[in-house]
Amino acid sequence: MYSETSRISIWFFIGALLLVYGLLITGAGIYDLVVPPSQQPVLSQLHAGIWWGGLLVLLGCIYCYRFFPGKGHDTASHESQSSGTGASGGRAKGL
Amino acid sequence: MDALLAGCARLAPWIAVTVCMPLLVALWVQPSNGRLFSLHWVDGVIILIYFLLVLGIGVYLRKFAKTGEDFFLAGRQMTAWIAGLSFLAANLGSLELMGWAASAYQYGILATHWYWIGAIPAMLFLGIVMMPFYYVCKTHSVPGYLKLRFGESSRALAAITFGVMTVLMSGVNIYSMALVMKVVLGWNINFSIWVSSLTVAVYVVLGGLLSAIFNEVLQFVLIWLGAMVVPILGLIETGGWKGMTERIAQSFPAHDHTHLWSTLGNFSDNPMGIHWTGIVLGLGFVISFGYWTTDFLVVQRVLSARDLRSARMAPVIGAAFKMAVPFIVILPGLLGLAVLPEKLVGESQAVATGAHSYNEVLPLMLARYCGPGLLGLGITALMAGFMSGMAGNVSAFATVWTYDIYRALVRKQAADAHYVSVGRWCTILGVLISIGTAYLVMQFLSIMDYVQALFTFFIAPLFGTVLLGMFWKRATPAGGFWGLLAGTLSSIGMWAWVKVDPAALSYIALSPHAKSMAENMYRGLWCWLICVAVTVTVSFLTKPKPAAELAGLVYGTYVLPSEGELPLYKRPVFWAIVVGVVFIVLNIIFW
Repeated sequence: MYSETSRISIWFFIGALLLVYGLLITGAGIYDLVVPPSQQPVLSQLHAGIWWGGLLVLLGCIYCYRFFPGKGHDTASHESQSSGTGASGGRAKGL
Repeated sequence: MDALLAGCARLAPWIAVTVCMPLLVALWVQPSNGRLFSLHWVDGVIILIYFLLVLGIGVYLRKFAKTGEDFFLAGRQMTAWIAGLSFLAANLGSLELMGWAASAYQYGILATHWYWIGAIPAMLFLGIVMMPFYYVCKTHSVPGYLKLRFGESSRALAAITFGVMTVLMSGVNIYSMALVMKVVLGWNINFSIWVSSLTVAVYVVLGGLLSAIFNEVLQFVLIWLGAMVVPILGLIETGGWKGMTERIAQSFPAHDHTHLWSTLGNFSDNPMGIHWTGIVLGLGFVISFGYWTTDFLVVQRVLSARDLRSARMAPVIGAAFKMAVPFIVILPGLLGLAVLPEKLVGESQAVATGAHSYNEVLPLMLARYCGPGLLGLGITALMAGFMSGMAGNVSAFATVWTYDIYRALVRKQAADAHYVSVGRWCTILGVLISIGTAYLVMQFLSIMDYVQALFTFFIAPLFGTVLLGMFWKRATPAGGFWGLLAGTLSSIGMWAWVKVDPAALSYIALSPHAKSMAENMYRGLWCWLICVAVTVTVSFLTKPKPAAELAGLVYGTYVLPSEGELPLYKRPVFWAIVVGVVFIVLNIIFW
């Protein structure tokens, strides 16, 4: 068995990735808005890159904040309150 | 051997860099001929960050995968959500994404049956009924359960056939991914195969199932966020579902592409050439229940759950998300029917004429709607699908090979660390064999035909054996073994019969109008029936195991731990009923 105390939550990794991706996609969307490319995709007038990138930034921020390492707020502790009894309930923390 | 592996583990960060450098070069030095679109530098950065992160997670988790329980079952500490999402992500390979989007273009909404009736009832059955058997007996694998229930011979047969099937499936996954990268980005097919496979090998060797599951959850999120843009924008362009169905009816008047059940009364009334009995009995019962309840690739994820409640809840969570997958897979295929100006054709015709094939519908839709950044995210979603599928295959292969073949037949008594080391080597071996299989698959014209054939060879009969083992006390070890063997051989025999004499299809699928997909469904049904008949017959002729040896292995021989005073909304059964009701409502809406 391994120690659970120092492991970073998967949700933090996901949050960080979404945040970085969101910033890149929003940035690319804004650049396209300012300097329209010669070949534009269908429905380019909706600027999907900007709002989709913005959504990723929002999700990324929420997950990074909620599961920041050392915050003691990981999924396991959250779920251990709700898991109740089980075949091996009360075991060490999960991811 | 162990020292060599330890040395390799220390070199892991450098291996990661070695894998990523060629990728970096490929992203910027792309050949310009024969590809669907060019990547902007932002897209390249997005793809590169993804590769670095999955490798980094593998390196990070290396220290947490020390014991056999850690490496092969992720320490059995996963929450219901992690196990459930990983359970589903392992199934969402590139073949699943690309293949079923292509099938939706080819067959219309009928492809949704593989996500709804072909998955949901079986997933709920696994969570509520079968999971207690696997979890309470603390088996490491499905063949491990067969050993406890039927003995060593059944375990060996199931383990060997599973190992063969897994590497063959993994090879399909690699090949389909490399094909996409070639078509979409113009990458060399050998380059795509090796870089992507080595990336998976590195992170699974380092962190075992823990690393595979960790990355699968990440990949699950990426698949959704990368693929969801297409259906949203597609529905905006067509003016919603009604506008889309009207356009499809105008462009393809020969068949109804937008109803799930109303065209299944006759083989010739639908583009798939199938009857509702094939869908319900062949797909919905035998193949679906076989895959979702006995294929160790998916069951392994649920076995990693930290307690029985989590293990029962995980498939229910997976089922809820599985019901929504058609939104990102089937809907883009249907939208392709509605909006793409050119008509897509079969793979062989595409090769001959230079037209786009069905398999390119998802990349074509990505190219239609996604600008820089979003395109990189979409391509990353396809890569994530490939990696989650391949990691699922190789981690399951390593576990079954180590526990059910190596430890059972080669070296029974060894230290736990030795088996972990063997598991790591098996992962590398599994990846290398999968790469070899990918080159083998190139010889097949129809990948989906090959995949469905594999399922009916190995999964359909296994379901018969496991089902009788769990629910019939009288089933004997000899009955289990001979039933499994007869089911597998009969399935291969039927497949070979149609290959030699195509007219045999009408006998197996019960209609001269039946097409190849119908053959797969009925072949699965027949070989399952043969497995069950042989198991029952041989069991009545042989001596059953004493009741004391069946404790915890057969229905009615164990007592489930009480769920105590849990409120209704925390009980797996409650959520299974909710998912079941939504499943029925969806089928009625799209009838």
